[in-house]
Amino acid sequence: MIEFKNETLANGVGVIRPVGRLNMVSAPHLGANIDALISDGTVRLVVDLAGTDFIDSSGLGALITGLKKTRQAGGDLRLANPTAQITAVLEMTNLNRVLQPVASVDGAY
Amino acid sequence: MTPRQLTIRLIVLATAILGLNYIIWRWMVSINWEAWWIAIPLVLAETYSLLDSLLFGVTMWRYKQRDTPLPPPAGLTVDVFITTYNEPFDLVMGTARAAKNIAYPHRTWILDDGNRADLRAIAEAEGIGWITRSDDWANRPRHAKAGNLNNALLATDGEFMLILDADQVPDPKILDNTLGYFNNRRMALVQTPQVFVNVPPNDPLGSQAPLFYGPIQQGKDGWNAAFFCGSNAIIRREALMQLGVMRYVSETELALNKALKTADKVVAKAGRQLGPGQERLASALSTLATDLQQVRRELNEGQAIADVTYRFQERVDAVARNLVAEDFAALHAELNSIEGLSRTIDVDGSLAVVDDVALDRLSQRDWSPLGAVETVRVLIDSVNAEKAGEAQAVMPLATISVTEDMATCMRLHSLGWESAYHHERLADGLAPEDLDSMLTQRLRWAQGTMQVMFRENPFMQKGLSLAQRLMYVATMWSYLSGFAAVAYIAAPVIYLILGILPVQSLSNEFFLRLIPFLVINQILFLVVGRGVKTWRGQQYSLALFPTWIKSVTSAFGNVFLGRDLDFRVTPKTLQARSRLPWHLVRPQLIAMAVLALAAVVGVIRLLLGQGDLLGSSVNFVWIAFDLLIFSVVIEAVRYPGYDAWLNSNKKKEGNP
Repeated sequence: MIEFKNETLANGVGVIRPVGRLNMVSAPHLGANIDALISDGTVRLVVDLAGTDFIDSSGLGALITGLKKTRQAGGDLRLANPTAQITAVLEMTNLNRVLQPVASVDGAY
Repeated sequence: MTPRQLTIRLIVLATAILGLNYIIWRWMVSINWEAWWIAIPLVLAETYSLLDSLLFGVTMWRYKQRDTPLPPPAGLTVDVFITTYNEPFDLVMGTARAAKNIAYPHRTWILDDGNRADLRAIAEAEGIGWITRSDDWANRPRHAKAGNLNNALLATDGEFMLILDADQVPDPKILDNTLGYFNNRRMALVQTPQVFVNVPPNDPLGSQAPLFYGPIQQGKDGWNAAFFCGSNAIIRREALMQLGVMRYVSETELALNKALKTADKVVAKAGRQLGPGQERLASALSTLATDLQQVRRELNEGQAIADVTYRFQERVDAVARNLVAEDFAALHAELNSIEGLSRTIDVDGSLAVVDDVALDRLSQRDWSPLGAVETVRVLIDSVNAEKAGEAQAVMPLATISVTEDMATCMRLHSLGWESAYHHERLADGLAPEDLDSMLTQRLRWAQGTMQVMFRENPFMQKGLSLAQRLMYVATMWSYLSGFAAVAYIAAPVIYLILGILPVQSLSNEFFLRLIPFLVINQILFLVVGRGVKTWRGQQYSLALFPTWIKSVTSAFGNVFLGRDLDFRVTPKTLQARSRLPWHLVRPQLIAMAVLALAAVVGVIRLLLGQGDLLGSSVNFVWIAFDLLIFSVVIEAVRYPGYDAWLNSNKKKEGNP
């Protein structure tokens, strides 16, 4: 199962931390978390993937949907701390050209 | 039939008749039901002992002394395996050099489970092969010595293999004198005795097993049930490989049937657990359920497992691939609609199409969206003829027990292979030299035997004759003696201290039925053993009662409750110690103290005129016998090891 440990930093950036596997079952939960933050007015988001062991194509889809929604609301979505499997998936699909991950949450904005 | 065989059979018959004459009377007439709490355990213990002795009688019935086999034909290919884990290099190399000197042409290999580069260098410098586990074993169950041998079987190709423990130094004649048995095409295995050279004549640790490596093995041999004992045995590769392949097939079928049995439930349950927004996964699961039904239909039609499971996996992959393709179609639609991004993509083009390689990879089992439901992923994996959890699909030597030899041998027999016991000392072994190592070793043997009893009970196996089943059961049965020992300790103590007799009366009838049986039973041992020392063995079969009990409880916990066995490798070198290890035999010492105390109380009660003279006398003799049996542990604790024993012996004889 997946858990989300979210926080909002002093500079107004929202951090989403999915802990577990980001897959077909849990992807909708990620979408719901992103929606909740946007409707609270937090539109600059970082998804901290340090605790995310695994991602599948549905998980990727949820990240891109999140990117679209934050952009529409005038913000952005960035990725931090991807684990090995996630880096491999991003590179293989060339999505790292759209969502270039950064090494730490602080360096995201 | 030889005169000796006839004599043995007559004594066996007499033992059975006298034994039954006693035990039936005990059950029917003699039990003191008022003291059932000791009366029942005691009569059960006696019944246990009688069955033990009957099984021994069955073993001796077909007692067989084989003639020397014909010399083997030239040109057989033989691998000699020396298994080692952590033994010192000198010990391993001593055995390896002797193995290299075996007269019949062969190749010698050290099977080094310790993966020691230095040992490899020494061995290869002398032209001795060195094998360690392949990379396939990383992070997989290692299966101890069975795994070590299975690994070597795939790395070598001789028609026959001689298996030696690192401390069993072979005689140059060992192959010449045994390979001839394999002229019989059905002969799978020849076992030779294990004899130890570092043991004093009085054998304080009970290391030598002259009754087993002699009459018992020869008796089992008569029923085509000579046991494989792990070392000093020659095995036909073809038999082992057949065993491995057949086990693989039946285990695959078993796993598949089990998976299919639970499949519908798993898929239905997974479907129910999905919440709103999971319609895509739900529809994929229902496709999967249909596919599983097709698997069952095809198997029922008799199609090959590999074909059926392969097609199933292909359909699963197609379902996964569809899901991935849908995800990517949606993802691209999103990307194209994001302001500011669409231009980059159009210009660059690299994101427009995700190539087939990436789609394939994302559909593969480990990254598949179907893996989102863990139980479904496990199910898909189990409907698959690969054994991903094991290093090798084919495991010729049985891995169900810490002692691989007995289980492997029983499986060979159940496939119709034959075994032989060759009664000639063809290797010099080293026995444990201290009590701790000895107890560890005995516990391991007993645990291994109990694991086989629980996992592959001889009565449940197909293909064994009744006599073969009994031969395996006889050995397993003998390891249950620990429970009987407790009753044999408790009964005289309870009588002398509390005055409670577990039998109704010590009448003449009691003695007339019991004593002839005890006498004939000892005569059977004498005649069968023909002068070999069996007393040590009799002592240890009762004196190690805590070890035997622990072996049964720990193996039960391991097999049925999934607990750890707490298994240690037997140390082959003397363990250093600063004081005598009395703590290792605490239960026995307590038992002796209680027995002695009971005797004292019994005397006092007699003096006060409370006790019965006949009853007390019988129990005094019984206690004396118990103490004599248990006295072996005192000798064992005080035994300083073979070298120290040799030195002190020289001093006694006045030599420098």
